[in-house]
Amino acid sequence: MSWKLFELLVQASFYTVLISFISITIGLVIGTAVSAASLSPNRALSISGRTFVSFFRGVPLLVQLLLIYNLLPALGLNVPSVVAAITGLSLCTAAYQAENLRGGFQSVPRGLLEAADMAGLSAFQQFRRIKAPIALRLALPSLVNEAIMILKASSLVSVVGIVELTRMAQDLAASTYRPIELFSAAGLLYLIINWLIASGGSVFERSFRWGRP
Amino acid sequence: MNFDTNLILSIMPELARAFGVTMLTWVAGVIGAALLGFLVAVARRYGSRWLGYPLRLCVEVIRGTPFLIQLFLLYYGGPFIGLSLEPIPAGLLGLTVYGAAYFSEIFRAGFEAVPPGHVEAAECVGLNRRQIIQRILIPEMTMLVLPASVNMAIILLKETAVLSIITVPELTLVISAIGSQQYAFVESLFLLALFYWGLVELAGRLGRYMEARFSKYRFVTA
Repeated sequence: MSWKLFELLVQASFYTVLISFISITIGLVIGTAVSAASLSPNRALSISGRTFVSFFRGVPLLVQLLLIYNLLPALGLNVPSVVAAITGLSLCTAAYQAENLRGGFQSVPRGLLEAADMAGLSAFQQFRRIKAPIALRLALPSLVNEAIMILKASSLVSVVGIVELTRMAQDLAASTYRPIELFSAAGLLYLIINWLIASGGSVFERSFRWGRP
Repeated sequence: MNFDTNLILSIMPELARAFGVTMLTWVAGVIGAALLGFLVAVARRYGSRWLGYPLRLCVEVIRGTPFLIQLFLLYYGGPFIGLSLEPIPAGLLGLTVYGAAYFSEIFRAGFEAVPPGHVEAAECVGLNRRQIIQRILIPEMTMLVLPASVNMAIILLKETAVLSIITVPELTLVISAIGSQQYAFVESLFLLALFYWGLVELAGRLGRYMEARFSKYRFVTA
C-alpha cells in the first residue's frame, strides 16, 4: 500500500473525528435535557424521557440512520446527507448519555442540596453550581466510553454515502483490489484515535478531581 | 389508501425467511461468542504468557475497531487468503469473533470477582475440585456475569442489522428491499424499528427475570 493511499485514509479519518465530535457534543446537550426530563416529577415528561431512551437504545443504529436519512426528505426537509448522519448519531448517543447522566444526577448527595437550600441558592443556581458539576464528573468515565463507542459507530454513516474513514477504505479497496491492506490500515487508524480518546480522557479525569465530595 | 391483502401474503414467505436469518445469526452468534469468549478468558487466566499476550492483543484490537471494518476485512479480504465465505457464514463468524472479545472481558471480570475465600472455605469443608467448580464457581460466576451478558446479547442483536451491509439476507436487508420496491421505504423501516425495539425490550425483561432467579447465589462482597 502506497503512502498516497494512507494519506487519503488519514484525511478521511479527520472527517470521522469531526462527525463524531459534533454528534457527541449535540448528544450531550440533548442527553442532559432528556435525563432532566426523565427525572422530572412531571409524569408526562418523565415518560417521554424514558421512552426516548428506550427507543434509541433499542433500535439498531443502522436502522435509525436509514430511517432518518429517508424520513427527513419525506417530511420536506431537503438536507445534505451529512446532516441526517449527524442527527442520527446525536439522537442515539443522546439516549446513552442521558442514561449515564441520570445515574450521575441521582448520586448527587442530598445533604449538599439541603445545604444549598439553607444557603438560599435558587433552583437554577443549585443546578448550575452543584448538581451539574457533580453529575458531569461522575458521568465523565462513561462519557469517554461513549465517545469511543460513537467513533466506532460512525463507521455506519458510510451507508448513507458519507465519505468518512470506512467509506474511503471501501472505495479504495474496490479500486485497488487490496481490501486486506486498506481495511487493516483503517482499523489501525480507528485504534489510534480510540487510544488518543482514552488517554485524553484519563488526563481530563485527573484534572477534574478538585472538590471531590 | 387501499389495503392490498395479496401484497402482504406475497411478501410473507420472504419476511419469514429473513426473520429466521436474523434470529439464527443472533442466537447462534450469542452462543458461539459466549463459548469462545469463555475459552479466551480461561486461556488468559490459566494459560501461559505466550498465549495470554497475543490473546489480549486480539481482544483489544477487536474492541477498538468498528464491527463494520472487521466484517469488510473478513468478507472482502478473506478470499485473498483462501477464506471465501458466503454472506451468512461470514456474518455469523464475524459476529461470533466480535462478541467473543467482549464476552471474554465479561468472564474475566467474573473470574476475578469470585472471592477466593469461598473456594478456600469449600476446600476446608472437604469439597473436591469438581464440586467446587459445580457448586461454587459456576453459580457465583453466572450471577456475576448475567447482567453484562444479557446486555451484550442485546448489543449483538442490534449488530445483526449491520450484517445487511455484507448482503446477509436478514430483516434489515429484506425489509429495505421490499420497502423500496413498494415505494414505502419510510413506513417499512419504521415497522422494522418497532420490531427491534420490541425484541430488545423483551430480551431485557427476560434478563431481569433470570437475574431474579439467580439472586439466591448473590453474596455480600467484603
